[in-house]
Amino acid sequence: MSAPPSPVPHASPPAPLSTAELLRYSRQLTLPEVGLVGQEKLRATRVLVVGTGGLGSPVALYLAAAGVGTLGLVDFDRVDASNLHRQVLHGTASIGEAKTESARARLADLNPHVRVVPHAEALTSANALAIVGQYDLVVDGSDNFPTRYLLSDACVLLGKPNVYGSVQRFEGQAAIFCTATGPCYRCLFREPPPPGLVPSCAEAGVFGVMPGLIGMIQATEAIKFMLGLGETLDGRLLLVDALRMGMRSIAVRRDPECPACGTRTITALIDYEAFCGAPYAGAAPLTGPSGASAELTPMEARDRLARGGALLLDVREPHEHAIAHIDGAMLIPMRDVPGALERIPRDCDVIVHCHHGQRSRSVMAYLRTQGYTRVANLDGGIARWSTDVDPRVPSY
Amino acid sequence: MSASATVLLFAAYADALGTSQLTMPVGDGTTVRDLLAALAQRPGADRLPPSPLVAVNRRYASVGDLVRSGDEVAVIPPVAGG
Repeated sequence: MSAPPSPVPHASPPAPLSTAELLRYSRQLTLPEVGLVGQEKLRATRVLVVGTGGLGSPVALYLAAAGVGTLGLVDFDRVDASNLHRQVLHGTASIGEAKTESARARLADLNPHVRVVPHAEALTSANALAIVGQYDLVVDGSDNFPTRYLLSDACVLLGKPNVYGSVQRFEGQAAIFCTATGPCYRCLFREPPPPGLVPSCAEAGVFGVMPGLIGMIQATEAIKFMLGLGETLDGRLLLVDALRMGMRSIAVRRDPECPACGTRTITALIDYEAFCGAPYAGAAPLTGPSGASAELTPMEARDRLARGGALLLDVREPHEHAIAHIDGAMLIPMRDVPGALERIPRDCDVIVHCHHGQRSRSVMAYLRTQGYTRVANLDGGIARWSTDVDPRVPSY
Repeated sequence: MSASATVLLFAAYADALGTSQLTMPVGDGTTVRDLLAALAQRPGADRLPPSPLVAVNRRYASVGDLVRSGDEVAVIPPVAGG
């Protein structure tokens, strides 16, 4: 069930579409589902795109091309070469530039009729209500759990629909949350996963077209929602699997017990970093080899390994090991660790490492539940090892 | 042939259990809660939360909902990448 978009208040009646606009939008103006009325509605709507990365790129490009009148862009980051295989809003010439600036220039070229409003800052509990409050609809193209919970709560508090999308490797999800009757993000995922359980894109890798696919679905749903077209993803969670090339839509509903949109016990934004950073309940105290801290810097790890009697355990995947590895490390991919405990000694210090330190932190926690006491994590993973200890180990 | 349901695992949950699809036995009165308890016995399941998002036959399901032979049970993780 899709709720119609809320009308956008206007101080004065909008000017009719110009000749240039009529020409530009002619191919969609001829769609009876859009027409002049729909086009003017798009122009009068203010959309906030949170994140101008893999998801935000196609979202911003297509919403601008379609003639959404005001596009707010939130991003604190700068363009990096490793972004460009999926973040098609930015180009090689923009490496090092603020993403909001790179995006503004590209979108201005694509469609000068769109007003682009850059918000070159991180979305936080302190600024979210003020920023989100300036828009009619939000598209969540963020890349981390704290921002997703923050944005969902802000949308519930302000009554703004939230067009959600997220990706991991070859899979993705999309939905419209926080409508008049539908669920919010918290209705489906009440508690955030423990840190390290769900890897980031940097950690897990992401298939370049995947955020493209999901971002296009978000753009489609955003436009349909603004125009009141068809059946939207309000009340459905779409699961996309690019390897099997299949989509599955799950009927979801508002949870009456949801503290955000159900019982409404959440009446203000909270500290989302702390909310998402809570460790496993009852987790073992974090001490590592010989009672030292469980997190070792690469220099500390190198010194500990040099003294002998310590094992370096690499829990990345074999294809990552082939790209770069630390000499002497034992490779057991994370998923194989539970079945390979007999290969991991209990009577010596074990230093676990992965790419950036998230998976290895999860494996460290797992090994502790299995009775290992002398386990530590290589903070920053092989990436930081490459920077701090051995530049001959390639960065990837 | 014994009664069974197909359990589908996505993203991080498929990684944790090393598979994206399992066939699990069900009987009279088997609930989502029972199925999750059985799933928790499998290696790697320690990385699943106690109450993940579950859909039976593509509809949101509560832990008390029944699972019947031939049902498709999807266990869906939160995903954050963008």
